[in-house]
Amino acid sequence: MTDLINNFAIKIATVNGTGSASANSLLMKSIFRIGIPVMGKNYFPSNIQGLPTWYEIRVTKDAYVARSGRIDIMVAMNAETYSRDVREVSSGGYLIYDSTWPRPALLARDDITVLGVPLARLCNENFNGVRTRILMKNICYAGVLAALLDLDIAKIRELLAETYAKKPALVDSNMKAIELGYNYTRENFKCPLPVHVAPLAAGSKTRGHIMIDGNTAAGLGCVFAGATVGAWYPITPSTSLMDAFKSFADRLRVDPETGKKNFAFIQAEDELAAIGMVLGASWNGARAFTATSGPGVSLMNEFLGLAYYAEVPAVLFDIQRVGPSTGMPTRTQQCDILEAAYASHGDTKHVCLFPRDPEECFYFARDAFDLAERLQTPIMVMSDLDIGMNDWMCPDLKWDDNYVPDRGKVLGLEEIVKLEKFHRYLDVDGDGIPYRTLPGVHPKGAYFTRGSGHTQYGAYTEDSAEYQIVLDRLTRKFTTAKRLVPKPVIEQDAHIDIGVVAYGSSDGAVREALDILAAHGVKTNYMRLRSFPFGEEVEKFLEQQKLVFVIEQNRDGQMRSLLTLETRVEKAKLRALLHYSGLPISSEFIVKGVLAEIEPKNRKPEVVPGNKVGVA
Amino acid sequence: MTFLPKPKVRHPSLPKNSLGHTRRDYEGGLSTLCAGCGHDSITAAIIEASWGLDIEPQNMVKLSGIGCSSKTTAYFVSGGHGFNSVHGRMPSIAMGANAANRDLTYIGVSGDGDTLSIGLGQFCHAIRRNLNMAYIIENNGVYGLTKGQFSASADVGTMAKKGEVNQQPPIDPVLLALTLGATFVARSFSGDKQQLVPLIQAALRHKGFALIDVLSPCVTFNDHEGSTKSYQYTREHYDAAVHADFVPFQREISAEYAAGDSLPVVLHDGSRILLRKIDANYDPTDRAKATTAIGERLKKGEFLTGLLYVDPTGKDFHDVNETPAIPLNQIPLKVLSPGSAALAKVLARYR
Repeated sequence: MTDLINNFAIKIATVNGTGSASANSLLMKSIFRIGIPVMGKNYFPSNIQGLPTWYEIRVTKDAYVARSGRIDIMVAMNAETYSRDVREVSSGGYLIYDSTWPRPALLARDDITVLGVPLARLCNENFNGVRTRILMKNICYAGVLAALLDLDIAKIRELLAETYAKKPALVDSNMKAIELGYNYTRENFKCPLPVHVAPLAAGSKTRGHIMIDGNTAAGLGCVFAGATVGAWYPITPSTSLMDAFKSFADRLRVDPETGKKNFAFIQAEDELAAIGMVLGASWNGARAFTATSGPGVSLMNEFLGLAYYAEVPAVLFDIQRVGPSTGMPTRTQQCDILEAAYASHGDTKHVCLFPRDPEECFYFARDAFDLAERLQTPIMVMSDLDIGMNDWMCPDLKWDDNYVPDRGKVLGLEEIVKLEKFHRYLDVDGDGIPYRTLPGVHPKGAYFTRGSGHTQYGAYTEDSAEYQIVLDRLTRKFTTAKRLVPKPVIEQDAHIDIGVVAYGSSDGAVREALDILAAHGVKTNYMRLRSFPFGEEVEKFLEQQKLVFVIEQNRDGQMRSLLTLETRVEKAKLRALLHYSGLPISSEFIVKGVLAEIEPKNRKPEVVPGNKVGVA
Repeated sequence: MTFLPKPKVRHPSLPKNSLGHTRRDYEGGLSTLCAGCGHDSITAAIIEASWGLDIEPQNMVKLSGIGCSSKTTAYFVSGGHGFNSVHGRMPSIAMGANAANRDLTYIGVSGDGDTLSIGLGQFCHAIRRNLNMAYIIENNGVYGLTKGQFSASADVGTMAKKGEVNQQPPIDPVLLALTLGATFVARSFSGDKQQLVPLIQAALRHKGFALIDVLSPCVTFNDHEGSTKSYQYTREHYDAAVHADFVPFQREISAEYAAGDSLPVVLHDGSRILLRKIDANYDPTDRAKATTAIGERLKKGEFLTGLLYVDPTGKDFHDVNETPAIPLNQIPLKVLSPGSAALAKVLARYR
């Protein structure tokens, strides 16, 4: 450990529902505020109270956004998980525990430093009431860490004052708990630790940045993009996207004069109804969206097929979580790729976008509405729990006031009147996209939307040739989509013939891993996919590599499958590097995986439970 | 063109409504249902009702699910958009469409399978939201397109064409809707156009979810002896409790109605329904009493018909959501998008 200042990871193990979330975000923000990039990840149970929960804060002067795989400081507040928490500390690291109750010596390790702080005793002596004592014990460890890491206690008070602006009494009680921990630690241990924080000068990597989660950013994006109908059924981890949309809309979308809401917010009876409402609203000319997770997409399949075939716009955010079935609802994966790409029976294909972080969630929300209306088809924004529910450091979100929404090929009154006849599914322009009309405009524009066989003129048909004309045009439309969707981000050097392909939330870990690999002398090209269908750029990149690592967070290498199905690439060239434990992928995992493949004689792949390296 | 065409021959003497439209302007494509199907009579009643209400055809939105009944939305008002969605899911499409544009007139046509089996959930929740639409169930007790299986509205003891007797109790949409708090509940018979047309008009004008359960015999699979949904059985067992005359707002002044036993119900747009009690003891404004009366008659195998319950004061979805008078799909982006200055303010919380 050469460089311990502003470069370490803390993990805090607590019990769900004991107020640790506020302590953790307080700690993270107090570091971010002094100009040091941080990453925060919450590993929480599907439970209201009582099950174990962890929070990982990575202080990263180089502004990496993923888990490193190391734990330098463990705050072990949960007796139930204590033994595994002790084991997880990286060699040379520190363990902080509540010394009110002694821990069995057999768990002691001689390669880490154990610091005992009697948190419960301190809080029991200074606070009244069982619940208050439990909550304050968790705020108290923030004080301990503040002392050990050399955090500015005044900054912490400032943050508390902002958080509890309306409840000043809470500022004082929280501050009291923090000071208890802070003072005890300063009196009993040498502070700060070699692992600590040092403020970075102005102009640092946090300037012009915010800490925000992807669901909040996506909900905000929907408000700015002009979405007026949001329909959903509550499901972890997507619910906070709808909550964010509603809370922003309640503030920013209410007519100041009439008090009326310029949006409709509908909690549906299930996901089938939620997507139905989105289709009904989009069909009727509103920008409408839903947010869900894998189980919800399963239920929405029927309507997604209708939307594909009847050509109805829709925007769907899939905040992916661990499957199959109910899986682990509060853990992350990228496991709905194939489900989304080919949702529903019959020949269907859907446009998918893969945001890498909250910033892209915001911009892709806007792009998704433009694409849905342009292409008259569902657009799936494939976020995940890691992006959606964790706070990420992102550049400030920007909005272009000159933004003109792409409402697609919708004929207005004047255009309809001029037509001799309106044909709903006719490819007039050769791009595979027909014109549509909205109800209530003119009887000449009226047409009948149906999921049954139809001709290019919009009439019911069971005629083979007429049916095929429409189906083949839909293929042409999908080809047009290749030109319109976000292009992959490619970093390539003509002298290198090893490629890495990743997408979504894996990007942060991949970028850090590629830096580490380069330092090991292993240089790679990198393509970050941002959308499906795959355009020519994707084909070309794959063609130019001798070997390609496809890194993703699922068991079966779903993107690798999609690439082999939808591009010209030879399957054997694609090596799957798969992380599917439910925790966000770490840079360490990728480095080990790539090195194991490239130097098989020198290295044995380390067996990590639940993870697999090799060909899927 | 989206329908099988019907020849449009216009005779100059055809009567016109106040918009200058004849009944022909409210027709649709040719029906492909069996000759004598009750559903076609309902289609004719919808055409008559829409013409009489002076609805611009393009302002009518027709919604349906899957089944024989759901096909009929193609057979009326071809100048209005239609959405033939998936089985049992029409209410969610209607909800979304209505949320986007509250100004249009929404009519949904469904069947007993589409509503009471696969679509029971969505049906119930559309009622809970008091979604502003007319919802017609063309109720024949069987699955027609799959050739005669019992539906959830089949009565105990009714016999299928091949002789099988139904043992499971039926779900009655009228009683169900009353239980769920529906604000407009009616029952009628496809063979009674005089009763049906004003009911459809009142349903289209009612603000909120207006259910009309129309007994509509299936001539092919459920019109035999032993069936409780045949033409003959229905004629013998249906009994009008309340007759409803619909009085559009515009015509109110010129129309003359005897006071006496008629009860006027004023709808939100000023039009009125005049209820004439045929059964003196029946009260269509008392949910509990109405529910009891309908239930008791059902036990005897009899259907009370007419406008069985109405409450014009209920809040619809838009009242609860507090949406503006202007349809959401017509608000320009510059009003909807808060702009860069507002975004900068929002971001302050995330620093």
